[in-house]
Amino acid sequence: MIMAKPKPTEEIIREIKDFDNILVAGCNGCVAVCEAGGLKEVEILASALRMYFANQQKKIEIGEVSLTRQCDKEYLAELKDRIGAYDAVVSIACGAGVQFMAEMYSKMRVFPGVDTCFIGATEEKGVWTERCQACGTCILASTGGICPVARCSKRILNGPCGGSSNGKCEIDKEVPCGWQLIYERLKELGELKRFEEPTPAKDWSTSRDGGPRRLIKEVSQI
Amino acid sequence: MSATTPSKLESILAAGHFAVTSECGPPRSAEGTVVDEKARLVGPYVDVINVTDNQTAVVRMSSLASCIRIKQLGFEPVLQMTTRDRNRIGLQSDLLGAGAFGINNVLCLTGDHQRFGDHPNAANVFDLDSTQLIQTVRQMRDEGKLLSGYEMTVPPKMFIGAAENPFADPFEIRVLRLAKKVAAGAQFIQTQCIYNMEKFKLWMQQIVERGLHEKVSILAGITPMKSIGMARYMKAKVPGMDVPDEVIKRLQGVPKDKVAAEGINIAVEQIQELKECPGVRGFHVMAIEWEEKVPEIVERAGLYPRPKVD
Repeated sequence: MIMAKPKPTEEIIREIKDFDNILVAGCNGCVAVCEAGGLKEVEILASALRMYFANQQKKIEIGEVSLTRQCDKEYLAELKDRIGAYDAVVSIACGAGVQFMAEMYSKMRVFPGVDTCFIGATEEKGVWTERCQACGTCILASTGGICPVARCSKRILNGPCGGSSNGKCEIDKEVPCGWQLIYERLKELGELKRFEEPTPAKDWSTSRDGGPRRLIKEVSQI
Repeated sequence: MSATTPSKLESILAAGHFAVTSECGPPRSAEGTVVDEKARLVGPYVDVINVTDNQTAVVRMSSLASCIRIKQLGFEPVLQMTTRDRNRIGLQSDLLGAGAFGINNVLCLTGDHQRFGDHPNAANVFDLDSTQLIQTVRQMRDEGKLLSGYEMTVPPKMFIGAAENPFADPFEIRVLRLAKKVAAGAQFIQTQCIYNMEKFKLWMQQIVERGLHEKVSILAGITPMKSIGMARYMKAKVPGMDVPDEVIKRLQGVPKDKVAAEGINIAVEQIQELKECPGVRGFHVMAIEWEEKVPEIVERAGLYPRPKVD
């Protein structure tokens, strides 16, 4: 899922302090799972903003809503009749949701309330780690199900580099070396011979290097 | 083995001599004479001089520009290239430029992560990794083609090198990974600084067992310790560095004003010992910000004068 973390409240306040009617809009998709942008976080952020502005003796109306998803027009359309009552929206969906909100309600000022971080998984309660960089050409079949693009700090395809030490990456002793993980998995699978053949240069054109991406579902011929 | 490129390093190795290489780190300014001075210090005592490419991800004068200065002084440079800062377009372009200036040695590296450098907030590139850069240089040289398949009229004639760290983990696949670089086209290897002689010999033994020493020339990395502080720093802070306690103890065992000299003694003894190690074909003497000591080390190790080759 797409991971995000709440922006510092002061940063959000700086953006919205001159508005009188604010809608805090959450998303019940990914960002709700990573506890950054769901209904619960909408309530927490709205309360924090109310307290701040009350202390400042500023009169401000803050509405709350959380949509099934902000990356789908049909769910965003649920706001059609009530959004006119506000003069700004703080969206705590991921970057895609914030943009779709701004696109659909183009006259409305829309501010992001979270920093979208990465595509990841729940390691343990409250800990999420990156697993995928959406490069557009999956190579997990040849790397024991562990992605070097996402999990090697240098996205090396012929790793590990000389900085791998005691299973950790040279950038930080807390970061596992992706290639150490790949090595251990391939060893377990009896596929270490994969280490002998050089992997040639990757085609990055399916990644963000190819420009903004678009996906069209083709009608299945089967 | 006979030489296939105009590289002096390749000729020295092909003639069966121990090769001696050293390294010059360009300055963090546009002061080109700094490169010249370093090259003049070490040049007469080595076969080729490596020029680092923004080492430790700190911005320095470009490796290619520094190589050109060294070449113009009459010494032979090794162009170090990391894949951290340039994509395949930039790398191939610089290889063509190097070829145009008669630079015939390249050392293909992935490079340190910019986290350690002076611009930790920079975007990195890593379009290729070191192995893929080796493949790229070989394709350019042997097939006369860019990665795109475009055929060039005059390809750069590069003797291709790579680095390897016998002390990184997991140790079991270090030799496999070297084999991969050799399969990609690496002809010489300059190793990480060696302090753990036992582990290095174990690594060399595996190389010889696989017959890799017949396909690639291994140059053992030697860096003299200047002080106890340096030894401690390298042990604790430099990724992938293996400094056994005995090395630190030996430096501690001499009077303070003799520590640097003891560091040189250790380096000389290492070279003498490794001359006997099967598969070792030469030495990469990296005296970090201590270039003036390279002549003494090379002379005392019995590697001077350097042989003349055509």
